[in-house]
Amino acid sequence: MRLITHNMLSCNIKGVTNGFPLRIEAGNVIEKEVEFNPDFLRHMFAKLEWKALVEGARSMGYAELPEDSPDAAVLESDEAFLKKLHHALLELHLEEGALVCPETGRKFPVNKGIPNMLLHEDEV
Amino acid sequence: MPPRIAAIPLVSSHRELYEPCDDSFALVDALLADRTHLIENNPKVCMEIGCGSGYVITSLILLLKNEVPGVHYLATDTNPIATRVTKETLEAHGVHADIVCADIASGLEKRLAGSVDVIVVNPPYVPTPDYEVGMEGIASAWAGGVNGRTVIDKILPVVDILLSEKGWFYLVTLTSNFPAEICLMMRKKGYASRIVVQRSTEEENLLILKFWRDKDEECQDKEISSSFVSQFSKSISSLMEKQWR
Repeated sequence: MRLITHNMLSCNIKGVTNGFPLRIEAGNVIEKEVEFNPDFLRHMFAKLEWKALVEGARSMGYAELPEDSPDAAVLESDEAFLKKLHHALLELHLEEGALVCPETGRKFPVNKGIPNMLLHEDEV
Repeated sequence: MPPRIAAIPLVSSHRELYEPCDDSFALVDALLADRTHLIENNPKVCMEIGCGSGYVITSLILLLKNEVPGVHYLATDTNPIATRVTKETLEAHGVHADIVCADIASGLEKRLAGSVDVIVVNPPYVPTPDYEVGMEGIASAWAGGVNGRTVIDKILPVVDILLSEKGWFYLVTLTSNFPAEICLMMRKKGYASRIVVQRSTEEENLLILKFWRDKDEECQDKEISSSFVSQFSKSISSLMEKQWR
C-alpha cells in the first residue's frame, strides 16, 4: 500500500465519523522506484490531506516532508520538494502492517501490500 | 502495431478464482475500441471494482500507459485471493496498481468522491437465487441474484459518488439484466449512456455499457426513454437473430 492510497482510505465501520486518517503500524516497508511525473503530482496535490501524508510518511520511516502544506509557488517550481513528494507518495510500499482507526482502534491488516478493509457483520 | 493488453499466459490464476472469459474479453475490447477517446480525456485516476484475476485492470494500464504516463490506478475486490492474484498478474506484466480488499469501494468513497476518471466493472451478473449472492468462493464472481442485478444495483450509487465530472464508467451486462432499465436509472442521476460492445456467445448475450455525466438537462425522461427503448430493441433483436441462425 502506498501513501497515495492511504491518503484516500478512511475507516468504513458504521457510525464512525472520525475515521481519517488511519494510523499506520509499519511492519515491513519497501521502496520501489517509479518515473517522476511533476504534472501528476501537481494534479494529485489538490486532493491530498497534507498532515495525513506527513504523518503517514513518518510512520513508514520517511521524515523529509515539510510539516506545513507548501504553497502554489513551491509546487510549481521547487523540484527538490517535488522529488520528496514523489518519493513519499509513490515509492514507499507498506508490505506488512496495519491501519488503525483513530476512533475505534480497529486494525485493518495489510498483507503483501494489500490492505483488507472487509468488515465483520456487526460493523456494517 | 496493435496496443498491448494483458497476455493470458501471464495472467495468474487460482482454483477459487474466476478466470478471464468472454465477458472479460468483451470489456477489454470496449476499452480498446474507446482507447483514442480515453487518451484524449486524459484520466488521472482509474479504478476497477471487482478485479478478479487482474486481466482487465492490467489491460487498461497497458493500453493507456504509453500515451498517458501519470495515472493512479486502483483495483478492489471482496475476495482476498483475487487481490493477491491481481497483484501477481500486474507484476507479471511489469505494471502497478494499488489494490484494496474491500466491498465495492468501501473505505475509499469519502476521500475519492468525485475524483475517479475511469471506472470499469465486470460484476457478478448471472441471474441466480438471492442466497447465492456474496457466498464465499468462486460463485461470488458470478452470482447476481434476481435478474442478476443485486450487486450491480449496489455498485451504481458508489460509482455515482466516485466518478469525476468528466468521468466514464464501463459496465458489463447481460440482456437478462434489463440494461435499458439500468440506463434509465442512470439517466435519472444525470448520465448518458451507449452500448460500446455487444457480443452473443452460446450462453450469454453481453452488452458493454458506457456511462458519462451529461450536462444537458433538457434531455429528460420521455425523449430518452423512447430512444433507449428503440436502441435496446434493435440490439436485442439483432442478438436474437444471431442466435436463431
